[in-house]
Amino acid sequence: MTLGHNTRSRLIIAASFLVALVLTILPWPVWTEQFRPDWVALVLIYWCMALPTRVGVGTAWSAGLMLDVLYGSMLGENALAKSLIAYLTVRFHLQLRMFPRWQQAVVVLLLVAANNLLVLWIKHLAGQAPSTWSYLTPSIVSMLLWPWLFVILRDIRRHGNVS
Amino acid sequence: MLQISGWQLRAPSNLTRFVALALLSVGLMLLDARGHHLQNIRAGLTVLFAPIQVVAAIPVHVGGAIIDFIRGDETLRAEAERLRAEQPILLARLQRFEAIEAENTHLRQLLGTSALVADKAVAAELLEVASEPTRRTIVIAKGAKDGLYVGQPVIDAYGIRGQVTEVGIYQSRAILITDPSHAIPVQVNRNGLLAIAFGTGDADTVAIRYLTASADIKEGDLLVSSGLGGGFPFGYPVAKVTKIVNDPNESFLDILATPVAQLSHSKEVLLIWPTKSVMPAEAKKPGETKKPVNTRKPLELKKPLDTKKPVVARPPAEAPKPAYSEPATPVTPVTPATPADGATP
Repeated sequence: MTLGHNTRSRLIIAASFLVALVLTILPWPVWTEQFRPDWVALVLIYWCMALPTRVGVGTAWSAGLMLDVLYGSMLGENALAKSLIAYLTVRFHLQLRMFPRWQQAVVVLLLVAANNLLVLWIKHLAGQAPSTWSYLTPSIVSMLLWPWLFVILRDIRRHGNVS
Repeated sequence: MLQISGWQLRAPSNLTRFVALALLSVGLMLLDARGHHLQNIRAGLTVLFAPIQVVAAIPVHVGGAIIDFIRGDETLRAEAERLRAEQPILLARLQRFEAIEAENTHLRQLLGTSALVADKAVAAELLEVASEPTRRTIVIAKGAKDGLYVGQPVIDAYGIRGQVTEVGIYQSRAILITDPSHAIPVQVNRNGLLAIAFGTGDADTVAIRYLTASADIKEGDLLVSSGLGGGFPFGYPVAKVTKIVNDPNESFLDILATPVAQLSHSKEVLLIWPTKSVMPAEAKKPGETKKPVNTRKPLELKKPLDTKKPVVARPPAEAPKPAYSEPATPVTPVTPATPADGATP
């Protein structure tokens, strides 16, 4: 391997975020849209929990800003929400690691819901709030996906020797 | 640990970083929303991240190619056959439409109002990417180099889809009429009743607000753009009223309508450059000098409160004027009775 260990870890983490961003804007039929999980939040929670020294608030903010650009929303909107997720996850990463998988999933539900409510609140201030309840479904779908995504990302981390 | 002239410098704690970045985000949002100071930065970042969008759009392209391959020559030939059969019919309708348009222009000249001129239209492809879950936006594969501008109306073969909000070099973003921040001035085609159609964030619903229980509006009514405000040209179909709830506790009717444009299916849109929008309601006001019509202000409301003064539909001063040729009373003996679909290809 010509790449240094440090660079390789960074690349793998960056690639996982890129895949999450692509999945986020991948087109699906309209009726499935409200069930779309928050891929970036899921990947972010995993890395913040596993490697809090490497992935933290700064990474989250950059990923959120990219999301803002891709969505065409106000710059800083998702960046703020994702930083909140990262802050809380890093703050409690030791507890989170000890939790059984289902309990982690519940925490994921709460984190993504907090993210969505914050975004909704900002949108409300900007006069873009939707008049439907569908903004809470992504957090539930994210919770259901968490156990599988956790296993996939853990395998990537172990095989890629990311640390 | 760094030491600079006695001070110990540590890496900032997690909380410090979060607070700093949160403040930065709030600053960015204020700059972006209030002053629109970040257009250039946003345009640059959009170009930088365009590859992500291209990658995300690949599955749909590949899927379309595979479907075409499976459907094979047979279906394609049948489709071509159908389109070929359809074309003369459409052309015939268009002929009649042109005659009516000429006549309309003539009548308008007699009335002393400015004529409705055909709009320039250009077809554009969509970049297939999903929008934010609570918003309804589309990405158009045309940009500033094609002459697009912010506030430009976007339509399809059936009606108005939305308006351009962000113009990049090669691609632009438009919000649909169902986006929660969108509102479009409309009128009931049957009687010219003015109203505003607000987006709800739902994929196939717009809400008509601020109409009182006495307003003459029925389920099944077609709403067309009224041309007021100067953003959208007059007379394009917008939505069909599907549900009217009259709750005596509320001051206004609760009206829902379904957009007539294919907001989520079609992969192509038409961009139009309205040449001169005529505002029938304004043109009719006597004793008022006409102001320049095409101000082209984007309709994106920053706050729903912008319309706090209830836009109670004023009944038009004179006889109501349907936007479409549905002449219950033929204006001139020359006019043949034209079915409503004569004007809508």
